[in-house]
Amino acid sequence: MLNVVHSVAVNKQISLPNSTSKALPKTWNLPSIWAPIVQPEIISVEEDLHAWLEINLDARLNFTKHLLVITNKRLLYFDDIQSQHGAQPAAEYPYRTSLKLSHHDHAGVAKIELFDEDVHLANWCYTLANESSSARFIKQFELQVASFISGQSTITEPSELSPKCTYQLESDEDKYPQCSRNIDTPPSTWTLFRLWRFAKPYRWQLLAGFVLMLISTAATLVPPYLTIPLMDKVLIPYQNGSPIDIKLVTLLLFGLLGSALLAWGLGWARTYILALVSERIGADLRTITYEHLLKLSLEYFGGKRTGDLMSRIGSESDRICVFLSLHLLDFATDVLMIVMTATILISINTKLALVTLLPLPIIALMIHIVRDKLRTGFEKIDRVWSEVSNVLADTIPGIRVVKAFAQEKREATRFRVANQHNLVVNDRINKIWSLFSPSVTLLTEIGLLMVWAFGIWQVSRDEITVGVLTAFLAYISRFYTRLDSMSRIVSVTQKAASGSKRIFDILDHISSVPEPTNPIHLEKVTGQIEIRSAGFRYGNRAVIKDLNLIIRPGEMIGLVGHSGSGKSTLVNLMCRFYDVTTGSISLDGVNIRSLPISEYRRNIGLVLQEPFLFFGTIADNITYGKPNATRTEIVAAARAAHAHEFILRLPHGYDSMVGERGQSLSGGERQRISIARALLIDPRILILDEATASVDTETEKEIQKALDNLVHGRTTIAIAHRLSTLHKANRLVVLDQGQIVEVGNHDELIARGGAYYRLYQAQARNVDTDLDDVDSLEAIATKETST
Amino acid sequence: METLPINIDFKLNRNLAGRLQLTSNDGTVHEGVYPARPFPIAAPGEGLSLLSKVGHELAWITRLADLPIEFQKLIEEELAQREFMPVIHRINHVSSFATPSTWDVETDKGSTQLILKGEDQIWRLTHTSLLITDSHGVNFIIRELDQLDKSSRKLLGRFL
Repeated sequence: MLNVVHSVAVNKQISLPNSTSKALPKTWNLPSIWAPIVQPEIISVEEDLHAWLEINLDARLNFTKHLLVITNKRLLYFDDIQSQHGAQPAAEYPYRTSLKLSHHDHAGVAKIELFDEDVHLANWCYTLANESSSARFIKQFELQVASFISGQSTITEPSELSPKCTYQLESDEDKYPQCSRNIDTPPSTWTLFRLWRFAKPYRWQLLAGFVLMLISTAATLVPPYLTIPLMDKVLIPYQNGSPIDIKLVTLLLFGLLGSALLAWGLGWARTYILALVSERIGADLRTITYEHLLKLSLEYFGGKRTGDLMSRIGSESDRICVFLSLHLLDFATDVLMIVMTATILISINTKLALVTLLPLPIIALMIHIVRDKLRTGFEKIDRVWSEVSNVLADTIPGIRVVKAFAQEKREATRFRVANQHNLVVNDRINKIWSLFSPSVTLLTEIGLLMVWAFGIWQVSRDEITVGVLTAFLAYISRFYTRLDSMSRIVSVTQKAASGSKRIFDILDHISSVPEPTNPIHLEKVTGQIEIRSAGFRYGNRAVIKDLNLIIRPGEMIGLVGHSGSGKSTLVNLMCRFYDVTTGSISLDGVNIRSLPISEYRRNIGLVLQEPFLFFGTIADNITYGKPNATRTEIVAAARAAHAHEFILRLPHGYDSMVGERGQSLSGGERQRISIARALLIDPRILILDEATASVDTETEKEIQKALDNLVHGRTTIAIAHRLSTLHKANRLVVLDQGQIVEVGNHDELIARGGAYYRLYQAQARNVDTDLDDVDSLEAIATKETST
Repeated sequence: METLPINIDFKLNRNLAGRLQLTSNDGTVHEGVYPARPFPIAAPGEGLSLLSKVGHELAWITRLADLPIEFQKLIEEELAQREFMPVIHRINHVSSFATPSTWDVETDKGSTQLILKGEDQIWRLTHTSLLITDSHGVNFIIRELDQLDKSSRKLLGRFL
């Protein structure tokens, strides 16, 4: 919640709803609660407010509200509003050269500390909700201190900077991606209606199905109507002594047969058409969801479990499909039938019809009450169900570990517990559910009883004939049995609704790596990469902090550092698997956010530590990035990757099946296939993420040769654990805790005797030294100097 | 074993820069030492480690109570600044049952809002305790589900 006040242009972009700016000479955009407190304090001494930062934690990390303000003369701290005594700030720090602000964070809490030289003056904590603003706040503080000391006015920063974060706005972008990224509005609950988006392409088939449904339902209602003449004109006259009218009976019986045949034929056509459509809707839903899922950033996949995603796309979409083709269809037929029946009944005899329809509202009310209870229950069942499948998804890939530690029983228990939980939740919902069905049946019986009683009374008063009563009973028994099955719609609708909610959860998820609104197309990429004050945070950990680096076209950069120093993250940012939280990365002077993602990635060849081969032939795997490559190209790429010979030694050569269930290849062989894959797309930028880390020295040499072919003439960023593999690098960049500590070539860095020197020494002494052990050496070194 | 007095071979103090400073018996001074609990959720009272600025263990303390009282105070002060895991006592309101959802909660650190990004941000630690990670990475904890009042449990139940 920081705002920097330096120009009108920026102020326009800040929109705070409750700012009481009218009373202020300038639009400071202070939150309304602070404005009246800060205003007199500053106006009285003729100061300018330059930035403010809301602090939401106190010293004991309780949630409270404080404010830090930067003016051109001092840093002001305002205490918690509740404990405010008048308009006095709690502390003020007039500027002097020795004042310094520093910032760091831990476990979701950021801390700003104020030092006078090395003496600690104060510190303020806040949660990371305000995170992106603090870097700016500190920068503004430094600017103001410097200008106060020198007496010169501050240099205003470029106005295109976002007021909330240091992200530089490109001319073609109209909003700040980081600032506007947190969209916290939940999806609408009317999720089922959103399925219309998928049904729309099939609206004509749906209409045809609906018309067929209308006619076939009408056809099924003919038989009970024919019972009236059958009773009144044939059976009752016969009981009273008149002979049976054969002609009339034949006519009526044929009428019965005809309507039954018609209902059968139409019903068949209707069901077939609608099942066809719903199956297609289900298929579309699955494909579109999967397509969308693939477009989401790595961040999304990092936070989801495979089992859960699989069940969402697989079984949930199937459940929706069944709902559409079966349950919704039945329900619509039932509603139609009830409406038609009610119309017929009323047209025959209004009084009796009203009595017959009396239980209907009661049943509707019951359905409504039970619906709420069932819905939450079914959502719960869904979650429990994915819990069950998650146990499977966890265990089956890790089966070697399970067996090695003889923990089959434990895993079985874990599954049983998940299953038990499933049972408990189901039992709870079944309790309500089981009561529901018999209650509907009971109401049905009571309804029938009422019709009998009222009907007999009406017959006795000659208001209706026996035939009418029989017809009513025939209608109503159908009517009520349908009500019973209709009540089932409650549960299936809720199930389908919660299923579609889970699917729309995926569909509504906006990729945190969005496609640009106005994409810029690069004709020819030279491969110049520019990283400007880039920052990235993963969860509550800042992984990359204010990193600046310019990589020239064709240059090879070696990234060196301890594990966890941010090397892989930096590479992921360059690939745009994630977007930087602050700052920017540009390719040939264009922010990579402005380039279409797939177009940008086409310029990048990536070789990972654990090469992933898909199920398919070796040729398929090599052409993964360029499916239309010719066989000559494939062989050339494999040759350059030193993979050609071992491939030929396989019984089926390039047509050998690899990947899961396929031919088993060694780590080095898989790596060379992945190098061939990268070579084939001929990328301008090459990223090698520990490409040789998981193989032995001999294989490494072989891979190294392949890599040398690959690196030639391309901008290369290589991460390596073994420093010896970076001998070809033009520059080595040493990272520590997300920041660059040293840059230079091998000789320079050795001469400097800094962090790289220590890393190198440690590895020279013992080839297998892990980089992480260097810390202890550092500690020894500092110990020596400190004593 | 536990009844034995522990052998304290270091001194702790806070230096002018406000950092915790550890001086070991051989005179080595470590600035910016910080305490860390090994089991902050499962067993906060069990053991404590003092780590150097770069994260190497300098001392292991089986029980905080065994330390001199002034050291205890220093460590507790430092922990209070580092450990941030508000315990939810009550859920007053949730903006929606579909995620992302904004919750108004009362915690031992005062009342606040948290944004739940997805149901999978709620982790079941044990049968009765939950860890909830909000969209900014702050971990909230619910120690005893049964201790929550009925309406909080009902709201929470919609997400479990």
